[in-house]
Amino acid sequence: MNAWRNVWTITKRELGAYFTSPLAYVFIVIFLLLCGFFTFFVAHFLEAGEASLVRPFFDWHPWFYLFLVPAVGMRLWAEERRVGTIELLLTMPITAWQAIVGKFLASWLFLALALLLTFPMVLTVRYLGHPDIGIIFTAYIGSWLMAGAYLAVSCITSALTRSQVVSFIISVMVCLFLILAGYPPVINVLEQFAQPWLADLVTSFSVMTHFEGFQKGVLDSRDIIFFLSVIVFSLFTTSVILRTHRAG
Amino acid sequence: MIKVQNLAKMFGTKRAVDGVSFSVDRGEVLGFLGPNGAGKSTTMRMITGFLPPTSGAVSVGGFDIVQHPIEARRLIGYLPENAPAYTDMTVYGFLNFTAEIRGLRGDARKQAVGRVVEMCFLKAVLHQSVETLSKGFRHRTCFAQSIIHDPDVLVLDEPTDGLDPNQKYEVRQLIRRMGEKKAIIFSTHILEEVDAACSRAIIIDRGKIVANGTPAELRQKSDSAGAVTLRVKGVASVTVTTRLYQVPLVKRVTLLDDKDGHVTVRAFPKAGANGALAQAIGEAAHDWQIEQLQAEEGRLDDVFRSITMPDTAKEVAQ
Repeated sequence: MNAWRNVWTITKRELGAYFTSPLAYVFIVIFLLLCGFFTFFVAHFLEAGEASLVRPFFDWHPWFYLFLVPAVGMRLWAEERRVGTIELLLTMPITAWQAIVGKFLASWLFLALALLLTFPMVLTVRYLGHPDIGIIFTAYIGSWLMAGAYLAVSCITSALTRSQVVSFIISVMVCLFLILAGYPPVINVLEQFAQPWLADLVTSFSVMTHFEGFQKGVLDSRDIIFFLSVIVFSLFTTSVILRTHRAG
Repeated sequence: MIKVQNLAKMFGTKRAVDGVSFSVDRGEVLGFLGPNGAGKSTTMRMITGFLPPTSGAVSVGGFDIVQHPIEARRLIGYLPENAPAYTDMTVYGFLNFTAEIRGLRGDARKQAVGRVVEMCFLKAVLHQSVETLSKGFRHRTCFAQSIIHDPDVLVLDEPTDGLDPNQKYEVRQLIRRMGEKKAIIFSTHILEEVDAACSRAIIIDRGKIVANGTPAELRQKSDSAGAVTLRVKGVASVTVTTRLYQVPLVKRVTLLDDKDGHVTVRAFPKAGANGALAQAIGEAAHDWQIEQLQAEEGRLDDVFRSITMPDTAKEVAQ
């Protein structure tokens, strides 16, 4: 009870921080522009004549998130470390976990807002035809969970450094890896350098295959658990990094 | 309220803090002195639970900072070095946030914010973003944050750093007033602050406590403690020193100044003079025109230098 109160206090502060800087607005505008541009001009949504958002709209999300989510997550801990407020935050009567979850939730809610603002897309496809609303709904859920997984990875990289730029670059690389982890070239390289169990583990990390299910309208518990476990694992890693950083 | 036992912190192979023990009770203001890099901030970070100690223990109000961090931190107000604050928030927003995270809600929060805004003179900048504040205001904002929950224990890392003389004065007064009811530790390298605000001082050097006592006790350790400074007019300096050497209590006389017929000398007492030196010198100089006759209390910065410097002097000699 009290724990969630603390988490919510942190979440409120972080959300406020997004909207007092231009970052939030810039992010939302870029995200919406990208969505519109790719759906209508690259995927030729109108010319395709199909009342479905899956291919023209949701297919791009893993790639949009590759750059946009690290941009949202990069400041979470890096900024705290740079300004020194981490010393204030972690000496308050809250646990490190409450701070980590609070910060993550704020960014995740922010991403949810950006995602919700793509609703004109749904209205458009509803106006033009008879789409399967169920699939659109599950795809939105999947997209949000995927964004959460990317974001949790960004939390790790943000905790690693006091430079937002470094955090951004590393998390883009890790997220790219999460996308490409299922691709044969990557598997080959891994099998040469890592132990088999590690290669298998990494291969099963591809977000693409897990997102696929949601795009087909399937809420598979394995996919949901995959994304949630990436989130939990990454947040746990963040807590370990924060602790070792302080241990000197 | 604060008990520090054998606290040590290693950074890699470097011992930043090396077996520090002390305690601070309610009603005490402990000044934490030391050269830069002596381990002051590291010690404070361990007391507030930001850094886990390598060995040793800290307890605050009976709660061990490692075993019961939340309970212990609740009792502490902390002003970190350089007074960090969330730059994207307004002063009001920041104080509200810290009050809320300290568990203050509703009217209690409003009252707490109002109280610290008044105490720290923040009314003028209340709705200004922290980013646009001058250093003094930012410092006071962070200071306000540390006292917002009226804590029993205050840990202040260089609370007067970057303030102008008036603000320094205000903060010292504030610390002294609050020190009547709380246990306060504050670090500084401004020695006059020790006199102005502390009931006790600790000097720390290379991670170790090298002196611990009231400001008066520390001053006693100074070379010049108990010495007498004499300024006379119209007497040759040789005459002055020769005659002073004949005073039985005098161990040594140094000439401080000899200009335009004004001679200033300082006489150092032998052991056991116990403050009778000034009287003796006054009698010896009865037929001169005395411009100044002053018994020295000793100077803290002399003590500070003599305690924290000799090692470097030795190293140079080797």
